[in-house]
Amino acid sequence: MGDIEKVPALVVCHDCDLVQRRGKPSRGERAQCARCGAVLQRGPGMSLQARAALVLTGLVVFVLANVFPLVVMSAQGARTATTLVGAALALWRQGMAPVAFLVIATAWFVPLAELLVLGYLLFPPLWRRAPPGFERILRVLHYLHPWGMAEVFLMGVLVALVKLAHLADVVIGQGLWAFCVLILLLALNASQFDSEGLWACCRALKTA
Amino acid sequence: MLPRAENSLAGTTLRLLSCPVCGQTTRHDGARTLACPCCGTSLAVRKPDSLSRAWAWLVAATLCYIPANVLPIMETRTLFGRQDNTILSGVVYLWLDGSWPLALVVFIASILVPLLKILCLSFLMLSVHFRWRWAPLQRTRLYRLLEAVGPWSMLDIYVVALLVALVQWQSLAMIQAGPGALAFAAVVVLTMLSAHAFDPRLIWDAAEEDRA
Repeated sequence: MGDIEKVPALVVCHDCDLVQRRGKPSRGERAQCARCGAVLQRGPGMSLQARAALVLTGLVVFVLANVFPLVVMSAQGARTATTLVGAALALWRQGMAPVAFLVIATAWFVPLAELLVLGYLLFPPLWRRAPPGFERILRVLHYLHPWGMAEVFLMGVLVALVKLAHLADVVIGQGLWAFCVLILLLALNASQFDSEGLWACCRALKTA
Repeated sequence: MLPRAENSLAGTTLRLLSCPVCGQTTRHDGARTLACPCCGTSLAVRKPDSLSRAWAWLVAATLCYIPANVLPIMETRTLFGRQDNTILSGVVYLWLDGSWPLALVVFIASILVPLLKILCLSFLMLSVHFRWRWAPLQRTRLYRLLEAVGPWSMLDIYVVALLVALVQWQSLAMIQAGPGALAFAAVVVLTMLSAHAFDPRLIWDAAEEDRA
């Protein structure tokens, strides 16, 4: 492998490759690249407890958003309602399996997996334990994140509501309210996510 | 702007690389790829075959863009007959309906964003291919914008999924997903893959090489 060594005092920008001194952003601050403005480091955000609580709330709301219907619609005595999974299943039944898979993956699976993985990483440290295999799990999160599109799905529900309002009586289901809350929680979780900090925390617990 | 001396502090020349997962910076021996000594993530000095891969995904996306807009993304069947809906006709429907803010959102998300994404990615890749030194900061920002708006093109796919699930009164009205939906979903995924394959650091390499 030759002469590979760690250089903790420096940081290299992932967008423009500029080498800079590593800063120490304080609470709520971010360190940006001096040349291209990419976010290089995040200061400490909420406490571990608060973040774990956010993840737990997110999971509860996720269940609510999937159990209750998003939209209920009635016309001429017939009543239909759907959830996210129901919408994907309808596509599946019409022979649109790849599209159904994409809908489930981006709006359902990725947000759920992100919450579960974050929970897995945040809860053991509360009891001063390092979650086993955290290196791999953090990497998974890194690749998973760009494919989460729950907020786009919410917009899709709004567009569908407007399109249907003429055809029939449309009622917003409880699931949609839960979904709105879920979007806020997912955004909060993402804003508090600090891969580097989590890694350092788990690492310290593992070696301790 | 920064003093020009800053420009020679490139990770490639100094053989330094930061891990995106654990944040650790490593000095390496000039290899193209290595495993992060801290967390084991495989790192690449530059994303491997960045331009070829990004072009391949983009060409595929461009090919799918045509059927995505021409073929119907859904078919509405009512007592009075059958109607094919393309993406554009969906926008027109919302517009005539008076909900122009939503028409605008769908137009931007479904028609403008995929098209601009294909054009902008081609522009970025050409600029790297011909080693332009012009406005690297603006081009980097453009790339970040492309990554951020990418998922929003999925909007129409979600709308179709919901309409298909809700409008199912056997005799009165039925909505079926059309082949356009498949092509459109492919455009979204392929342009996202193309953007992921592109390495923005290549934009800055041209200026670096000139100096060296």
